[in-house]
Amino acid sequence: MTDYFSRPVHELIQGLQSGSWTSRKLAEHSLTQIEQQNDALNLFVSVDADGALQQADQIDARRAKGESVGLLEGLPLGIKDNMCQQGIATTCGSQMLLNYLPPYDAHVVERIRTQDGVIIGKLNLDEFAMGSSTETSVQGPARNPWNTDHSTGGSSGGSAAAVAAGMVPLSLGSDTGGSIRQPASFCGVTGLKPTYGRVSRYGLVAFASSLDQIGPFARDVQGAALLLQAIAGHDRRDSTSVEEPVPDYSADLKSSIEGLRVGIVDAHYAEGLDSEVGSQVKEAIAKLEAAGAEVIPVELPHAKYSVATYYLIAPSEASSNLARYDGIHYGHRSEEFDPANDSLIDLYCQSRSEGFGAEVKRRIMLGTYALSAGYRDAYYLRALKVRRRIREDYDRAFEKVDVIAGPVCPTTAFRLGEHADDPLAMYLSDLYTISANLAGIPGISVPCGNSSSGLPVGLQLQGPAFAESRLLQAAHLLQTVTDWHAQVPA
Amino acid sequence: MDLSKIAKLARLNLSEEELQTYEPQLSGILEYVAVLDEVDIEDVAEMPHAVDLQNVFRSDERAESLERDQALSNAPRTDGQYFQVPRILEQKSS
Repeated sequence: MTDYFSRPVHELIQGLQSGSWTSRKLAEHSLTQIEQQNDALNLFVSVDADGALQQADQIDARRAKGESVGLLEGLPLGIKDNMCQQGIATTCGSQMLLNYLPPYDAHVVERIRTQDGVIIGKLNLDEFAMGSSTETSVQGPARNPWNTDHSTGGSSGGSAAAVAAGMVPLSLGSDTGGSIRQPASFCGVTGLKPTYGRVSRYGLVAFASSLDQIGPFARDVQGAALLLQAIAGHDRRDSTSVEEPVPDYSADLKSSIEGLRVGIVDAHYAEGLDSEVGSQVKEAIAKLEAAGAEVIPVELPHAKYSVATYYLIAPSEASSNLARYDGIHYGHRSEEFDPANDSLIDLYCQSRSEGFGAEVKRRIMLGTYALSAGYRDAYYLRALKVRRRIREDYDRAFEKVDVIAGPVCPTTAFRLGEHADDPLAMYLSDLYTISANLAGIPGISVPCGNSSSGLPVGLQLQGPAFAESRLLQAAHLLQTVTDWHAQVPA
Repeated sequence: MDLSKIAKLARLNLSEEELQTYEPQLSGILEYVAVLDEVDIEDVAEMPHAVDLQNVFRSDERAESLERDQALSNAPRTDGQYFQVPRILEQKSS
């Protein structure tokens, strides 16, 4: 069988336009791949075969009649299961939402449809996107297609791994502290976290509202640029989405890139970074330099506080956001309730205790504590001030450079269960990605090598707010001089 | 850290086993975040959001919203018109 999805997205589109294959053919191929691989990998948590094939047929019919087709040209894709799709279960990997059928579409789902992307199904994630390994999902852990004993990373593990495994050529994830970039790195694909406010969060189940952002996965930068194009832009239903014009990312990739200034940070290579990861990342930066970029040392002195800052701010916002799950309006409601003796509050407590898993409860507890009377100043408000220090470091650095290059994660994909009893160790693995969320800036992870045990390594590039074009150009430059992104798991 | 009090504020019933698991984990995290005490935050404004937003207004116009049956469609208990909740006016006598 033709392995369609080892091809980059622009080749798939050429084939659709020239008639070498149809949208239906690609959707069927996606469904077959899922059927063959999903038992072993557990990436898709639901599949809408009928809906997808019907939409693909409509797109093929329009193309056959010479009518216009949207940017996504009838390509199949998957979306993380924390984005609402009307009438399709949106579980967030939680018992709490196992039977939730959204009565509306997320903004990104509307945009994908308008641009003729064919949504095949929903992808596995850590419960409520809280995690770095896609192990806390009520649907069971996702497995890394490069080595099934290892994690896909998380929380968008299903989205990253489904592209790596060739189930879909494109997918959407969300990134609150690295949840797109880290799994992209662990699975050897390209993943972009856009600037905060670039993509509407309407219909994205909220985790930490000041940090959450939706972004694309693809094999290569061109694919990610195309999907970003399709979903970016202002939406009045998300007041934090910004009215900033959306550039033509794909066209910008074609323009020549000269005088690219790449910042490097000494502190990235301190103790804790796996030596193989460190050397692959340095080699990638050397390739950028050989391709004409100027490498300039910069400092981010407050970056070392980012994990501590994040693990106060994100749980605080989560404890507030998740207060909405009360067993009344939607979501799980406890049956262990005696109307004669128990109060309304007993119903809330029991429903939430049954509906949430261990990591979600841990974060709700942490956030509730950080916001509670007597502790708010010491924890939450202090973290908000350090957050500004982290942002100011970036502002200063981006006066000197266009992008900052470094590792995505201190290690390659860890083994499933490796951090099961030590949440702090898991949190610390987010060290390199978290500060971009705190500062609101974009970051991209691109494959830059393999470890000796055959697991992918990623390079992270970060840029100033709304400089996605420059970021994508820099990442594309690396992909024109390397072919790590073209590698597929055996 | 009084975990039982925090659980109550968070509207969670935690088992004895859960409390025993979380106690050292949460203490460990709080010890770690104490590193923030060494940062100079004198005269730094809080940064609650990634974008420095002003308030966003919209015109006060009627617009379409969910139909009642859609809004109720995911509720665990309804009478077809309203969400059903336990009685709250007559508290238990204990």
